[in-house]
Amino acid sequence: MDHLLNDQHKLVQKTLRDFTANEVKPLAKAIDEGERFPRETVSKMAEMNLFGLPFDTAYGGAGGDTVSYAIAVLELSKACATTGVILSAHVSLCAAPIATWGNDAQKEAYLPGLLSGASLGAFGLTEPNAGTDAGAQKTVATEHDDHFVLNGNKIFITNAGEADLYIISALTNPDARHRGISLFIVEADTPGFSVGKKEMKLGIRGSSTRELILDNVTVPKANLLGKRDKGFAMIMEILSGGRIGIAAQAVGITEGAIEEALRYTSERKQFGKPIISFQNTQFMLAEMETKKEAAKQLLFKAARYKDQGRPYAKEAAMAKLYAGNTTTEVTQQAVQLFGGYGYTREYDVERMMRDAKITEIYEGTNEAQKMVIANMMMKEGAA
Amino acid sequence: MNIAVLVKQVPNTTEIKVDKETGALIRKGIPTIINPDDLSAVEVALKLKATHGGKVHVFTMGPKSAESMLRELYARGVDDATLLCDKAFAGSDTWSTSLVLSTALKRHRFDLVIAGRQAIDGDTAQVGPQVAEFLGIPHISYVDEIRGVDATHCFLRKKEEKQSMHLKCPFPLLITVLDGIAKPRYMNMTHIFNNASRDVEILDNDALAIEKADLGIKGSPTKVKKTYAKSITKKTTAESLAPEDAAERILAVLREKGGMPDAL
Repeated sequence: MDHLLNDQHKLVQKTLRDFTANEVKPLAKAIDEGERFPRETVSKMAEMNLFGLPFDTAYGGAGGDTVSYAIAVLELSKACATTGVILSAHVSLCAAPIATWGNDAQKEAYLPGLLSGASLGAFGLTEPNAGTDAGAQKTVATEHDDHFVLNGNKIFITNAGEADLYIISALTNPDARHRGISLFIVEADTPGFSVGKKEMKLGIRGSSTRELILDNVTVPKANLLGKRDKGFAMIMEILSGGRIGIAAQAVGITEGAIEEALRYTSERKQFGKPIISFQNTQFMLAEMETKKEAAKQLLFKAARYKDQGRPYAKEAAMAKLYAGNTTTEVTQQAVQLFGGYGYTREYDVERMMRDAKITEIYEGTNEAQKMVIANMMMKEGAA
Repeated sequence: MNIAVLVKQVPNTTEIKVDKETGALIRKGIPTIINPDDLSAVEVALKLKATHGGKVHVFTMGPKSAESMLRELYARGVDDATLLCDKAFAGSDTWSTSLVLSTALKRHRFDLVIAGRQAIDGDTAQVGPQVAEFLGIPHISYVDEIRGVDATHCFLRKKEEKQSMHLKCPFPLLITVLDGIAKPRYMNMTHIFNNASRDVEILDNDALAIEKADLGIKGSPTKVKKTYAKSITKKTTAESLAPEDAAERILAVLREKGGMPDAL
């Protein structure tokens, strides 16, 4: 895989490996156990300009690309999937939509803060009765003279409560369902906007996942992102970009688990020799590594397609589907290789196995990915 | 303030192996890193630049492959980088190396030259002070804090074994710094994509015009007589004893070897 990376990508990889080893890995266990958002890591990531990584330098971006962004999420997630998703949600779900569809005034107002990491971003889409069926959402935005008033509830929002800026989807034309959705830029301190229940989760427990409550939130018309009623297509594109981030997170968790398993099976002795000398261990490791590498190829293919300006929705969905399946499987095998020790919280593979599962669920469940992939196949077949 | 920093690419000693026959370091295939003290020197320079303006220019003498190290320093925010690279420089001891570095430094005007205390491969701590001597400027080694600078002077803390000294020194000067002086920053994403691919200035001896007789192994006054790996020749014995008996036994052995006073 590394042979496809240019010199700049390799520098990103190198420095992210150092950063992850020195700053991220030492905290991973504690933030999981304490269900604590790693604010100090976010500040350090901002110092490196990680939050502006794949954006143009015009508004303070680093001038990197999607490949380098995937490398960053992957490397962080090798040691801590929580840290990986903080970056992924910020970049793909909040900064990227503003960079893509924002007008000059919106870009000027919000991108410098987001790209420098001075403000953190999030995306409010999912609702209690609108998960995969995103068109069934109930949050409404009623139009007034120079503003909209938003009312509704969002759930399972990554970075909620920690973020300073949210992109919120709401119905501007409730009768039209998914043809009546618009996106709004909402500042966290807007009156009527608040965070609700914090979810207690199986994994990525340091990541802040909360409910958003919109109670008569006044949003100026200037904060309508893109065209009114055209939000659904934008949401689909946002999620496609987000899938590259989550695929990178999944490959990162997988790679981290394989590294742990390789080290442990080399050290652990049974029947007088390291368990890696047994063929069963070798065959398991070989399959884990091969699947990881396949997932990585899909991930970087999708990232490269995006960088080249080619359609990448199918590639991103395939990458996320396969990387999600793979990390769930590989982390379970890693625990198996650790035996009883792997089931204890003393070893990182226990956390990795819990963290892995979410990658099959968020940014569209793996079933939703199959819908996307099959839809694209049918379109390609018809063309 | 214009600052020069002297850096060295060294083998990563956590992965180093020694040739059992010759006692020499096996450098082939060993990953290289930026000498840790030098990375702290770069950090000090970048911090001074952030506060007082000016430029940071790094210099290294080494093979062509050291260019990648200099690019990593570009990625940390360094403004200029010069690689001193010539076959004639190969094998130079600290005196010859200092001559090469100081000759390159003389092409510019620097207020401050910063070097790491010492390199982890040679551990001599000589190059920094020798460069200062060649330049004819004062030097302060073992600096662990820059307390401030004004228009004409630098205020420093120099750490010694049992004491620290607060010093004031006029510019230009050279300091060598301890690695604890500043935690090196990580490479910055913006610099990676906008600075790291810039050209590195490469100077050979045609540019520096140093007498050949002063360069390389032949020009180096240091003659290495023998390199060897320390080996432990004394035999160890293991005995299983109860803690109190073990203490008595250890005391007896130490007395026998003359390492303990009788009165204890």
